[in-house]
Amino acid sequence: MSSLLVLAIVIAIGVVAFFIGRQRAAAHDNGAVKPHSRAHYHGWWAFLLAVLPAVLLLAVWTIGSSFYLDRHIRAALPERTADSKVASEALDVSLVKSLAKGLRKLDADTALPATFAELQPPLAAKGVALASDTQDYMIPIAVEANAVQSRLGLFGAVITLALSIAGAFYALRQIAPRARARNNVEKLMLWGLLAASTIAILTTVGIVLSMLFQTITFFESVSPMGFFFGTVWDPRFAAAGSGGSQGQFGLIPLLAGTLYIALVALVVAVPVGLMSAVYMAEYASPRVRSVVKPALELLAGIPTIVYGIFAVVTLGPFLRDLSAALTGGSPFIQGQSIFTAGLVMGIMLIPVVSSLSDDIITAVPRAMRDGSLGLGATRSETIKRVILPAALPGIVGAILLTASRAIGETMIVVLAAGVAANLTVNPFEAMTTITVKIVNQLTGDLEFNSPQTLVAFALGLTLFVLTLVMNIVALYIVRKYREQYE
Amino acid sequence: MTDISMDTMARAVAHPRRDIGLKGRYAAERRFRIYGAVAISVGLAFLAIMLITIVSKGYTAFWQTTVTLPINFDEKVIDPSNKRATDPSVLIKANYPKLAENALVAKLGINPDDKPMIQKLKGFLSEGARVQLRNIVAADPSVIGTTRNVDILAAANLDSAFKGQIDLSVEEARRKVSDQQIAWMDKLKADGAMAEHFNTGLFTYGASSRPETSGMGVAIIGSFYMMVIVLLLALPIGVAASIYLEEFAKKNRLTDLIEVNINNLAAVPSIVFGLLGLAVFINFLGMPRSAAFVGGLVLTLMTLPTIIIATRAALAAVPPSIRSAALGLGASKMQMVFHHILPLAAPGILTGTIIGLARALGETAPLLLIGMVAFVADYPKTPFDPATALPVQIYMWANEAERAFVERMSGAIIILLVFLMAMNITAIVLRRRFERRW
Repeated sequence: MSSLLVLAIVIAIGVVAFFIGRQRAAAHDNGAVKPHSRAHYHGWWAFLLAVLPAVLLLAVWTIGSSFYLDRHIRAALPERTADSKVASEALDVSLVKSLAKGLRKLDADTALPATFAELQPPLAAKGVALASDTQDYMIPIAVEANAVQSRLGLFGAVITLALSIAGAFYALRQIAPRARARNNVEKLMLWGLLAASTIAILTTVGIVLSMLFQTITFFESVSPMGFFFGTVWDPRFAAAGSGGSQGQFGLIPLLAGTLYIALVALVVAVPVGLMSAVYMAEYASPRVRSVVKPALELLAGIPTIVYGIFAVVTLGPFLRDLSAALTGGSPFIQGQSIFTAGLVMGIMLIPVVSSLSDDIITAVPRAMRDGSLGLGATRSETIKRVILPAALPGIVGAILLTASRAIGETMIVVLAAGVAANLTVNPFEAMTTITVKIVNQLTGDLEFNSPQTLVAFALGLTLFVLTLVMNIVALYIVRKYREQYE
Repeated sequence: MTDISMDTMARAVAHPRRDIGLKGRYAAERRFRIYGAVAISVGLAFLAIMLITIVSKGYTAFWQTTVTLPINFDEKVIDPSNKRATDPSVLIKANYPKLAENALVAKLGINPDDKPMIQKLKGFLSEGARVQLRNIVAADPSVIGTTRNVDILAAANLDSAFKGQIDLSVEEARRKVSDQQIAWMDKLKADGAMAEHFNTGLFTYGASSRPETSGMGVAIIGSFYMMVIVLLLALPIGVAASIYLEEFAKKNRLTDLIEVNINNLAAVPSIVFGLLGLAVFINFLGMPRSAAFVGGLVLTLMTLPTIIIATRAALAAVPPSIRSAALGLGASKMQMVFHHILPLAAPGILTGTIIGLARALGETAPLLLIGMVAFVADYPKTPFDPATALPVQIYMWANEAERAFVERMSGAIIILLVFLMAMNITAIVLRRRFERRW
């Protein structure tokens, strides 16, 4: 029996238990005793007891039996020798599994041929295509595996359903006017809410662990020194298992490009965004604000891919032609350049900076502003001498958050920054970034265990740690700042 | 000493009003104000330039040139040896482009024996004619032997020429449309046989190597699946997590850890979520690559912090008097939350969810890593089949060299922006209409 069918039956049992429970509880309410819980809480309690334990058991059983099956197949496979035809044990097991899956589609009563060559036509007729390195000795193992699997599945289904029915009966027997069904249900709900809120932690743990393991594997073939301090990025020529030729996976050019582009973006975004926020908070009339604010929000809502395409289709060629016209011949700005990517990223970040700074500027207490104005300062003097210094920590935090956005931004740089890992100080040339290389190394057909793909995880971890530190510092500063004026 | 005091006194008499530099200060004030106005104008100007360039490049993608031809479904071409009764594959393999070519030759009045002239027709009609005519025959084999008017797509280059996007002053050898083809095009245009129609194919076709038969059908379905998955997972989980943190959690280490985590996850680069999806969902759990399901899961994790932060703000905005009233009337804490607080916070939660969904809809980077950059021609029937997404489709078209793909790409961006704008405007309207100030 498939797990999905069992799941459906369990839920059906739960629904039936709900209605019976509600009915019974309602029947108990004869006015003699004041019931503790309303009838539907008894129904829900019956539903939960019928479904939850059974589903948990089913999940554990399904995962456990797949592990058991793996070990079973592994044990049945012939001892591995130097002249084994299949490259690895893992491949061996997966071949047996897909063979077993194919065999399940065949009619049960047909006699199985002993060799794979004879087996192929009937399988192909059922639309099953198998890898050509499936071996003859795998057929009996696959048949055996299928038998074990169906036994396991049947047994699991039986005990799951038994548990479900037992749970339903237990809950239904408990029903009494003074039974505390509501408290039981609410306690379970609370656990559910707690579980939902731990998903955030699980995600972070998942991110860190998944990248950490791949990174450790990567450092088995490439030395950490070569990665962190190498100045040459040229992954294609570092053959797998060659012991990590020094410098081929150098992080430095990528890091330099990332920081350079982020710097250009901040140079564009911070003055413009900050001045817009100041103007909106201190000068703009309500009418202007009601138009400009949604427009800036709109700018923030445009996906980054659109910015990237604007950079590569419109702005890049325009700047190139402009620079060619200026020098009267060869363009000094390339179509893909740090300047183009940084400029467009800066435009993208303007609303980010302005909305963050807007919050911070409006959080400065009214009294400070009024005091300064009352002493005869003009508005711009108030802003420059009182409000901005008071808001400075918050603004620094906002700039850090913006910088972390700039470092992690992907689509703009993928399209507009170029792929060549140069080390240059000329902003009109192309440079590449960490995010571009992660995308480059992981798109297309990939073999998972080569350093060429694993390096993407090392890059990802670097990026994660970099942004994590910036975010935590920024969030700490912003929080401290807010507390100061609350 | 006296000298000095005499001197100051004399000066005070000479200048009855102290110069405190008011003029300069007012000038500085005006300058500062102008800087602010300039900064805002710069931001808005960029927005305007971007939207204008995209719309001006892309609006033509919504029209497509077709040629209406009387197609003679000639038995001699489709099934020359009359075997279709016994071998149905004849109808699939038949030379359908020949039918279209014959009709075009007749329409243009070319001598059917003038081979070099017919050769020049190559690249006039879309290769999609093959599939189109095959589908007509497959749907109704009795059409064979009759003549019927069919709208056939013009090839991408002709489409561009028809829309006036190809510079005809360039010498003939260096452009993709020959003078002869232009002459034919003008003739058909004068006849009324060649015209622009609304491009429904842009919304329905899947991936194709030819611009005129490629569309966003697969991408729209893929994005739709992902949005449904994000909504089904992120909304309940996010609301549950927010309720716990806002209403039940005691102030302790665990709660602190969760809060720091959520705030930090909201600022983690999106590409990192792609790496997580690749390592955990695809490699560890063995889920299929390129599937909308995996994309939905990754986007769910990415959207959760946004929804949680918005929901917590909405819950916190419900005044304590409501809580006290509910508790005072004997409701349990759970009943208070679910019967009273949650309904009052619903508009805020909804707004946050829509904004989170809009962000997820425009997100590209994580989807690149889980293999959604795929050439998918058939509609995905379930979320587990290979699919693409709207922004990924835009990215793929951006990497194509042909001009017609750039046009489609800009059209796709317009569609994506329309979707996003509709969502954002809905969110703003909801907020305006239901927001309560307590």
